[in-house]
Amino acid sequence: MHPVLRTALQRMGLSLLTLFLVSVIIFSSLAMLPGGFAETVLGQSATPETIAAFNHALGLDRPAYIRYFEWVAHALQGDFGYSYAGVGGSVKRSVADVIAPRLYNTFFLAIMTAIVAVPLALFLGVLTALYRNGWFDRIVNATTLTTIAMPEFFVAYVLMVLFAIKYRWFYSLSTIDPSTPFWEHVYRAVLPAVTLMLVTVAYMMRMTRAAIINLLASPHIEMARLKGISPAMIILRHALPNAWGPIVTVIAFSLAYLVVGVVVVEVVFVYPGIGQLMVDAVSSRDVPVVQGCTLIFAVTYIVLNLIADVIGVVTNPRLLHPK
Amino acid sequence: MSSNPRKGAERSRIKGRTLLEIRDLKIEGESNDVWHPIVKGIDLTLRSGEVLGLVGESGAGKSTLGLAAMGYVRPGCRFVSGSVAFDGLDLLKTSEAARRAIMGSRIAYVAQSAAASFNPAQKIIDQTVETAVDHGIMSRSDAEADARNLFRMLHLPQPDSIGERYPHQVSGGQLQRAMTAMAMSCRPELIVFDEPTTALDVTTQVEVLAAMRDIVERFNTAAIYITHDLAVVAQMAHRIMVLRHGLVVEEAPTREILTAPKQAYTRSLWAVRKLRKAEEPGGDVLLRMRGVSAAYGTVPVLDDVSIDLPRGRTLSVVGESGSGKSTLARVITGLLAPSKGEVLFEGKPLSRALAGRDRETLRKIQMIYQSADTALNPRQRIGEIIGRPLELYLGITGKARDRRVVELLEMIELDERYVDRLPGELSGGQKQRISIARALAADPTLIICDEVTSALDQIVQEEILTLLMRLQRETEVSYLFITHDIATVRAISDHVVVMCQGRVVQQGLKSEVLSPPHPAYTELLLSSVPEMDPDWLTRLLDREKKTSRPG
Repeated sequence: MHPVLRTALQRMGLSLLTLFLVSVIIFSSLAMLPGGFAETVLGQSATPETIAAFNHALGLDRPAYIRYFEWVAHALQGDFGYSYAGVGGSVKRSVADVIAPRLYNTFFLAIMTAIVAVPLALFLGVLTALYRNGWFDRIVNATTLTTIAMPEFFVAYVLMVLFAIKYRWFYSLSTIDPSTPFWEHVYRAVLPAVTLMLVTVAYMMRMTRAAIINLLASPHIEMARLKGISPAMIILRHALPNAWGPIVTVIAFSLAYLVVGVVVVEVVFVYPGIGQLMVDAVSSRDVPVVQGCTLIFAVTYIVLNLIADVIGVVTNPRLLHPK
Repeated sequence: MSSNPRKGAERSRIKGRTLLEIRDLKIEGESNDVWHPIVKGIDLTLRSGEVLGLVGESGAGKSTLGLAAMGYVRPGCRFVSGSVAFDGLDLLKTSEAARRAIMGSRIAYVAQSAAASFNPAQKIIDQTVETAVDHGIMSRSDAEADARNLFRMLHLPQPDSIGERYPHQVSGGQLQRAMTAMAMSCRPELIVFDEPTTALDVTTQVEVLAAMRDIVERFNTAAIYITHDLAVVAQMAHRIMVLRHGLVVEEAPTREILTAPKQAYTRSLWAVRKLRKAEEPGGDVLLRMRGVSAAYGTVPVLDDVSIDLPRGRTLSVVGESGSGKSTLARVITGLLAPSKGEVLFEGKPLSRALAGRDRETLRKIQMIYQSADTALNPRQRIGEIIGRPLELYLGITGKARDRRVVELLEMIELDERYVDRLPGELSGGQKQRISIARALAADPTLIICDEVTSALDQIVQEEILTLLMRLQRETEVSYLFITHDIATVRAISDHVVVMCQGRVVQQGLKSEVLSPPHPAYTELLLSSVPEMDPDWLTRLLDREKKTSRPG
């Protein structure tokens, strides 16, 4: 078997193990949460009998490990259970139905941001490495450090004041529903996307710059200089191909952040993403929805890190082309 | 680009024409915010087709001067004054772009470590043709065809396909020749060779030297050959320039400087290889290995190795890289458990694994490593480095410890002023002395020295070897001395073990092993050691043409 394939399979196995552990942690920590859904719904005046009956109806009176395995077995078949929000009413909404549109919105925003942020970060990283310690480098570094140092809600409100209120180019609220046309969706998501871009570009750009500069002291770069290769080519041909490992790791981390960490931006722009959904579900003790969201967050992290690992292996010539 | 980089290339290839003229060159380097001189006013003239050897100990400014010949200084250094005229153009005054047009195409560079000097992510052929294609000298397909031709001239195996491999997929010697091909690809008028064979085994070195000399002669290329190995430079250079502390000590044609050096310093460089210890067989056996085999995972490294080391004597283990020398040390110290066989120390079997050895056994076997830079904790002061084994093994603390540290420093010919210094403030030779003192602090009966002088220049090497011999006389300590350098073996051994591919090829007293008749491998190893005679390589190659090399 090719060593790259073997490594990829190994990492994949480890990812599955991680996922299993995460599911246990999610389940047990939610089980340990004080106050159940029944208490929240039925209020303080509820008698122990009504609570017990309520719990029995939802199957919550059974031992935790049984409920865990039931959850996992169903989840493996794509069934994440039903939202408690519909309990008692006529419409039972499945967790998948609750999450799907929100997840779509979140991915929409994340991809929209990443399409601009990742190439921009790489481009700026290469340029700042090329003109390191010059005025261009200083300006870009100062700017990105400023945007990263400011809380994202602050960045969001500044953008809102400038581009939605003063100039009226964009809407201040990104209200979206499933019937919103694609380009309208893009247009309405511009301000949240720009906010997220401003806070993620700095990480990726600085890692690109650092990974490249770190390599510039190595003998093969000196050799390239002594071969009369131009500075731009030295970076593109001789430094960048050897710097992918750390860069890809940071990109994966930033992309994961775009999926799981954007709740503040969602709230500010009232963008119906998965972050808001989860916050709402937590406050109403809607455990199946919280579990579903958390699992999606975990899968996002694991998959992106797995991809970063595999790219790190594939871009390492020693592993890709064994002796 | 307006100026054709090849302009003048043919004109300057005429033999005897002045190609490079360095006048009163001064270069400074920065450390701790202080600029100090590295090259202190050197004149150098090189004619086309001529090979100039630059010799000197480390820190003499050889590499800095070699790079300056290309108009380049390393980061942290700067040109102060003087001129570097290449074919009439002052490289220090010309534009960056003009200098870049000359670099690689008219002046090329061959570095010491080929493995580090190739981009690991690119195929060898891509890197070989890069300059020729980038500078618009040849089309890509022409350059590739030419590169394959150069690979053939340099006797690389499978010259038509070796370029398709990545640098880590070929051996060090092959990579060094590929780098020579890379330097040759634009047919430069001048090549700077910066210690190109220092990292290679002696047998590989011969092949690489022969290939480089042949190709330089064939294209009538001028060269600056930088090395600290006089015997090597004697084979390559028409003229030799001896440098010390950034100044020229002496400069003369090779034969003249070898037979009649004028300066005392030059004579002292020549004298280094005369160090000899009279061999003594020795009595009771301190360390005995019986049928030891060892492996890294499934890769066998040692195969049925049996050796004896008498108490108070020096046993040298010699062989090329990959012969299993260092693995031998790892087995003795317990870092690697052998798969077969046993190791007896003072008559008792040693536990195979480190965990099974008591502190007293650990104390008695100490190690000194090749690179003192990485073997000493850069954040610890010398007093702590030497004091630690005193506390750990002997329970000496407080004032007694401090006194003992100073005593140990005096034993290695340093003094109490060094107690509060950090390793970074010391020279390479001083750092290796500290490593020795640290080993001595444990009051060991056996010290394993793994290539301890390989990273040092010859003068410092001799000082360290002399020190080790003196300490042996004073403390009766035994040495297991791992080295690939035959001159070191001659200098310090009582007994010699020759290893090849994990097996012992030959062992015995120094006088037996180093005098004929030899087994084929020992013969190859000994015949590959360069001698001071400028005709040595030619003779060796002639002899090989008649009888094909074993090996």
